Amino acid sequence: MITKRIIPCLDVRNGRVVKGVNFEGVSDVSSPIDLANYYSRSGADELVFYDITASFEGRKLFTDILRDVASQIFIPLTVGGGINTVDDFERVLTCGADKVSVNSGAIRDPDLIHRAAKRYGDQCVVLSVDVKRVDGVFRVFAKGGRENTGLEAIEWIRRGVSLGAGEIVVNSIDTDGVKNGFDLEMLEQVLNAVNVPVIASGGAGDVKDFVELFTRLPTIDAGLAASIFHFGEVEIPALKKVLAENNINVRC
Amino acid sequence: MVAIVDYGVGNLFSLLCSLKSVGADAIVTDDAATLRRADKLILPGVGAFGDAAKKLRDSGLDTVICEEAKNGKDLMGICLGMQLLFEKSYEYGEHDGLGLLKGRIIGMEGTIPAGLKIPHIGWNALHFANPSPLFRFIKENDCVYFVHSFYAVDCEESLIATAEYGKELTAAVQKGNVCGCQFHPEKSGKVGLNILRAFCEGDKA
Repeated sequence: MITKRIIPCLDVRNGRVVKGVNFEGVSDVSSPIDLANYYSRSGADELVFYDITASFEGRKLFTDILRDVASQIFIPLTVGGGINTVDDFERVLTCGADKVSVNSGAIRDPDLIHRAAKRYGDQCVVLSVDVKRVDGVFRVFAKGGRENTGLEAIEWIRRGVSLGAGEIVVNSIDTDGVKNGFDLEMLEQVLNAVNVPVIASGGAGDVKDFVELFTRLPTIDAGLAASIFHFGEVEIPALKKVLAENNINVRC
Repeated sequence: MVAIVDYGVGNLFSLLCSLKSVGADAIVTDDAATLRRADKLILPGVGAFGDAAKKLRDSGLDTVICEEAKNGKDLMGICLGMQLLFEKSYEYGEHDGLGLLKGRIIGMEGTIPAGLKIPHIGWNALHFANPSPLFRFIKENDCVYFVHSFYAVDCEESLIATAEYGKELTAAVQKGNVCGCQFHPEKSGKVGLNILRAFCEGDKA
């Protein structure tokens, strides 16, 4: 049977991995290549790289780093950040990305999902969604969680899948950085709405949060986290051992 | 030399790097003479079967691959490249493959239990169906990375491994010098590299 995936996420700016807490207060963590190698050795099932660089030079640096990572790490790589056109897909895919994650770019231009899926296949297009409760409704936020788009999240995710998104990353802004567990309520609604793989993001604080995620939501496919892995608060081999002990199928 | 067949389908950067990392003298080429000179061939592929089969035919490389394989040259198909080795695919219509292996390609939709997500994406355990030199550096239940919505059936004569996803799906095949992996060895960590190493270093089975 297919295994549940554990995915460290690396936010990269100016060639370094950073992690915000609730998307603010960025701190420098480590070198992307060293960290990627470390995770691959530790049993990470996949890596996500988000390019949070704004400048042209920074973008070039990012693709250079991506190429270095892809030439020495042989697990699936998903790349996101600054993906606004099919040319952006091409740019990161030729550097070794396997999947490309769209967020704000798809909100501005939903047909981007369709065009990219048609060209590269659904499996290549990941729709990443930042979601926050506003007056009891799940709303989609853009620009790194700063701007309320007004879109209702479940509806947007359904639409993304119908346009060709082959996988969904749900990042709960409400639980991100709080380290008190994944947003099970939000994730459950997404799982009920679509039949493509769903990756949980935002809120993991320790090993038991992953156990709870996979136990309470048996159809969730993967758990994604950043700082708890980068700071060594959760080590992947130990995490997978505990998951296996709890009868959750993981790759050893 | 191991030659990766470049017929305009998908990105071959990771595959090339993974082969180099296991010590292979690997190149990506669309040149028929180079393919004929190579010791081993790898046929990659992503996307839709019909498009890929057409591109392969239009490039004329289908003939080169078939002739070389029939002359005994080692050939490995990966993912869609594996599916192309078979006789037919029923992905959006009916398409002819290279016919180097007996079997056909069908969709998961309606042929695996309802409720399972399609595509089959992620790491799944290999169940050996028959011994193969490709597996000499790995063990039963080692996990490899899959991304696909179609799979090979009626291929008992070449079946060497399956993966369980509602039912046992064809994961790897081999008959003589022709083999294939439905999964991506170049994205399957150490296990995948060990399969590529077995292919690159392999004496003919």
